[in-house]
Amino acid sequence: MTTTESAPAAAPRTFIGKASNYLEERSGISVAVKEFGRKVFPDHWSFMLGEVALYSFVVLVLSGTFLTLFFQPSMAEVEYHGSYAPLSGMHMSAAYASTLHISFEVRGGLLMRQVHHWAALMFVAAAGLHMLRIFFTGAFRKPRELNWVVGFTLFVLGMAAGFTGYSLPDDLLSGNGLRIIDGVLKAIPIVGTWLSFLMFGGEFPGSVIISRLYMAHIMLIPALIIAMIGLHLLMVVLHKHTQYPGPGRTNNNVVGYPLLPVYAGKAGGFFFIVFGVLVAIGSLVTINPIWAYGPYDPSPVSAGTQPDWYIGPVDGALRLVPPHIESVIFGWTFSWNILIPSLIFGIVLISVAIYPFVEAWVTGDRREHHVLDRPRNAPTRTAIGAALMTAYSVMWAAASGDLMATHFHVDVFLVTHVLQVLLFVGPVVAYFITKRICLGLQKKDREIVLHGIESGEIVRLASGEYVEVHKPIDEYERWRLVDFTSYAPIERTHPNADGKITFGSRMRAALSRWFYEDRISPVKPSELTSGHEQPESLPDN
Amino acid sequence: MTNSDQRSDEDAIDVQGGYSSGIAVIDPEDSFTDPGIEPHRPRKTDLFPEAEKRSARTVVAWMVLSAIGAVAAIVAYVVFPIDGHDISTVRPNNLFLGLGIALSLLALGIGAVHWARQLMVDEETIDIRHPQRGSEEAQAGALEVLDAANKESGFGRRTLIRRSLIGAAVLTPLPGIVMLRDLAPLATQGGDPAELLRHTMWTAGTRLTRDPDGTPIKASDVQIGSAVHVIPEGLTNETEDWLNKKAKAVVLVVRLEEEDLIEAEEKKSWSYHGIVAYSKICTHVGCPVALVEQHTHHLLCPCHQSTFDVADGAKVIFGPANRALPQLPIAVDDEGYLVAQSDFHEPVGPSFPERAL
Amino acid sequence: MKRTAKKTGRRSPLASVALLGIGLLFTGGAYVVVSQTANATSASASASASTASDLVDEGQKLFSANCATCHGTSLEGTGSGPSLVGVGAAAVSFQVGTGRMPMANQGAQAPAKAVQFTDEQISALAAYVAANGGGPEIPDESLLQGNGDAAHGAELFRTNCAMCHNVSGAGGALTEGKYAPALNTVTPQHIYEAMVTGPQNMPVFSDTNLTSTDKQDIITYLLYVRENASPGGIDLGNLGPVAEGLFLWIFGLGIIVAFTVWLASKSN
Repeated sequence: MTTTESAPAAAPRTFIGKASNYLEERSGISVAVKEFGRKVFPDHWSFMLGEVALYSFVVLVLSGTFLTLFFQPSMAEVEYHGSYAPLSGMHMSAAYASTLHISFEVRGGLLMRQVHHWAALMFVAAAGLHMLRIFFTGAFRKPRELNWVVGFTLFVLGMAAGFTGYSLPDDLLSGNGLRIIDGVLKAIPIVGTWLSFLMFGGEFPGSVIISRLYMAHIMLIPALIIAMIGLHLLMVVLHKHTQYPGPGRTNNNVVGYPLLPVYAGKAGGFFFIVFGVLVAIGSLVTINPIWAYGPYDPSPVSAGTQPDWYIGPVDGALRLVPPHIESVIFGWTFSWNILIPSLIFGIVLISVAIYPFVEAWVTGDRREHHVLDRPRNAPTRTAIGAALMTAYSVMWAAASGDLMATHFHVDVFLVTHVLQVLLFVGPVVAYFITKRICLGLQKKDREIVLHGIESGEIVRLASGEYVEVHKPIDEYERWRLVDFTSYAPIERTHPNADGKITFGSRMRAALSRWFYEDRISPVKPSELTSGHEQPESLPDN
Repeated sequence: MTNSDQRSDEDAIDVQGGYSSGIAVIDPEDSFTDPGIEPHRPRKTDLFPEAEKRSARTVVAWMVLSAIGAVAAIVAYVVFPIDGHDISTVRPNNLFLGLGIALSLLALGIGAVHWARQLMVDEETIDIRHPQRGSEEAQAGALEVLDAANKESGFGRRTLIRRSLIGAAVLTPLPGIVMLRDLAPLATQGGDPAELLRHTMWTAGTRLTRDPDGTPIKASDVQIGSAVHVIPEGLTNETEDWLNKKAKAVVLVVRLEEEDLIEAEEKKSWSYHGIVAYSKICTHVGCPVALVEQHTHHLLCPCHQSTFDVADGAKVIFGPANRALPQLPIAVDDEGYLVAQSDFHEPVGPSFPERAL
Repeated sequence: MKRTAKKTGRRSPLASVALLGIGLLFTGGAYVVVSQTANATSASASASASTASDLVDEGQKLFSANCATCHGTSLEGTGSGPSLVGVGAAAVSFQVGTGRMPMANQGAQAPAKAVQFTDEQISALAAYVAANGGGPEIPDESLLQGNGDAAHGAELFRTNCAMCHNVSGAGGALTEGKYAPALNTVTPQHIYEAMVTGPQNMPVFSDTNLTSTDKQDIITYLLYVRENASPGGIDLGNLGPVAEGLFLWIFGLGIIVAFTVWLASKSN
């Protein structure tokens, strides 16, 4: 705050005063400090998840930079004579040998490798959890739809960064991963062979893929991620943070603590906590022991060959396909056994990306929304989210079907068959269960507003009847329970100016019925004063 | 919820902001009013000076602990060096260096958060939001700028310039895309990709040798129930492009009881006394299919669980693969060693678009 | 049981205790009966079981009492068990020495379980089976010391074994409920015998495929992995990315989320 006093007349005396004056006269930084220094952030644990991803990314950049100082992204063949005896004298790529060197001869090298890899898993996991929070609280609504798309892009970029990095050591596990990528590329109709040859510089595995992935991993993808993070944060600043409903929290304000000093302390401190947790895990728990896998060779393979978790759903989808799905049309081979699961995974991803626009179209609500929904107050959205999560989880689980089989002593074929069924049945079941739970919770909220909280105290009335005393709730608590938007479905479709009922409007009406037919609206003061049981709009009407 | 409250018309205007509220149910007459922010509840540190002092001491203790962690990490770096000949020295180096750094980071972070939670003012403050849309003046100003730019350049008027500009802009990046062609240089690969995928290193008379040692295999060496991992003779890590060649040529040889084998008529001569050789590259996406079961003759791929029956032409019996594994026709040479009769009769590995052309 | 063991004076007291434990473990009365008969037979014979032919005779008695129901009275096999002609002493040592035989119940695969015979009894059974059809012998001690070439062994292991047993020997799934067991607690002798005999659905790796030196190298590698803890810390069972992902989601993210809850809570 010292910089705000930049009067040329009074020359500062202290060192900090002089330094800030120096900076001020060359940048006019005071404007920014004044504008952003007291910016308010609401306090809630779930608002920190995006930060976990951001901080993991910073850790990735720091540890990754250290690794580049020692790593050789080359497939040139060398003979190993390092300290790991079981590989002594083996022929391997320089990439693999230098990864062994980092692990076994550079002090702290293994630590940095492990921190880097754990941070990569954390980055994608935290981003995923952050997306779930955004989705279930409706934080993607206007004006934040575009930022949702940016965040979605970041998640996909995180997967790409992870996969390219996982492949760099050129070990047996990641080499078989690349082999699968080669097979998937070749399944692309008509141009597949060429795409594979362009990627690998000829036949698989060739001698250039590692250096190409390295370029993507340390330059192209991080540059895109940094650009997207910049855009993401810029929009967060422009929109100001959302807040959960509560007393004094309106669509026109944001209630919380200022950036300086509280959030500088909390968020700044949290960076070191995330970093510290990642380093602690990296020092205690092995990740990707590439020395055990050996250098890449097209002949061997290990039982339990799996990708890192975020690629798991893709791999799992490939596993769930039944045999003999491929066709030859006009001489061209179409590998549906690869195209269809890729398509299903793609559909799950795309429906996540476009969801905000669909919901906005259905509700027709063009207002800005800065107060979040409690998930129960948007039952259909919450249920759709649960269904998508279930589909994702089933595919994810399929990627570890063989491990489930050995650990639970069941037939791996049976595991596959069960997951095949679950992929289609699971989301539907999850949808209905979640929706019922949400509606039940909403009913309970209404009960509490109308009749107060059960006190556990039983009294006997004069009539001899026993009743439990309900304590009325205070107005702050009540506001938390009634402050949400309720939508009513479109009952009739109106003709447009030309007198036609368009397909679009019929579709929209149908979707609005799907979304809002079962709805429970917030308690109104009139209901409270009249003391009636709320009767008007219950589900199943 | 009377019908009059319900705005199902898209053009309905919300009272605030002037935006449509769509099908939102809004009833300003009959809804609760916001009671405003709850009164501030002071913390122990706000009320009792000794609690505040205690908290301040705690923060300092965390900072000191962080400094200790940093020093400890440096000490660990020196005290637990890595001996290049002793792999067991890596573990303590990794462990203690990491724990020192972790302590330094965690304590710093926890101390800072503790400070913010306990000692910094925790009165909630309020920021006012403004609509994302700029003010009318700002929008009008922006329009003016664009209008002036249009007038001064003649962008809207000079249609020929504009169209030629767009045309040029579309074509300009093309050379850059064309240049990506040499990601897969034709010259060094010698021909059509699809053609390359159709052939492997196996030719008539190539001996089957053990992977990775390269020793030839006598038919009598292959017992019933055994599985031998095979590469063509002459394939070593000195061979040019040996990984590419190996990626297509690896073969699994197993010997079954002759009566257990089910062979198609035209493939009867491809085996030798119950010894059969199949490509080890999965026809799904190319993992090595090498999990052979002695008694069930199942061959399982560990990547996606495609399962083939070695006794029955390596047909798919489970999993996502579509085609049987290609069989390598084998025979025995004068010295009793297993040799290939020819290359595979179909492309090995995953399907590709031109496979059946 | 204990008393008979003492009388012979040739079995270590620990073995008797283990045997007693087994008897108690298998509450199914059949097994108690089986092991008691086996024990009684051994007790009467062991005093004079010094020559090779005595050992074979002893083995035959044990075989008739414990194995012949499934494998036939003269090792010819029956509907419920394969022929044992030519499987050799190594197969007996592996199957009986790891407790896989006798099987507790018919299933996709015979799992390793508590061993039901003493070392002498197993030797006797092995001698009997070897005397009736030959087959792979019990490996020489010198091959099991872990003093071969670990690098060559690792390479052979990756090519011939890792697809089922996992590169770190953590085991893996096979078809229809079968599995390749983890190797981290299997003795070198049993590993060698498994390679040379191909128990259950494992392929046979005879000396014409992997020479005895090759097998020695593979054992050397496995012992190296066993004796050297992972340089990176806890190994999560060497199960690879699935275990790592679960750890990250449950513990990594769990700890971080706990921190966020603390950080955003109002202090009192």
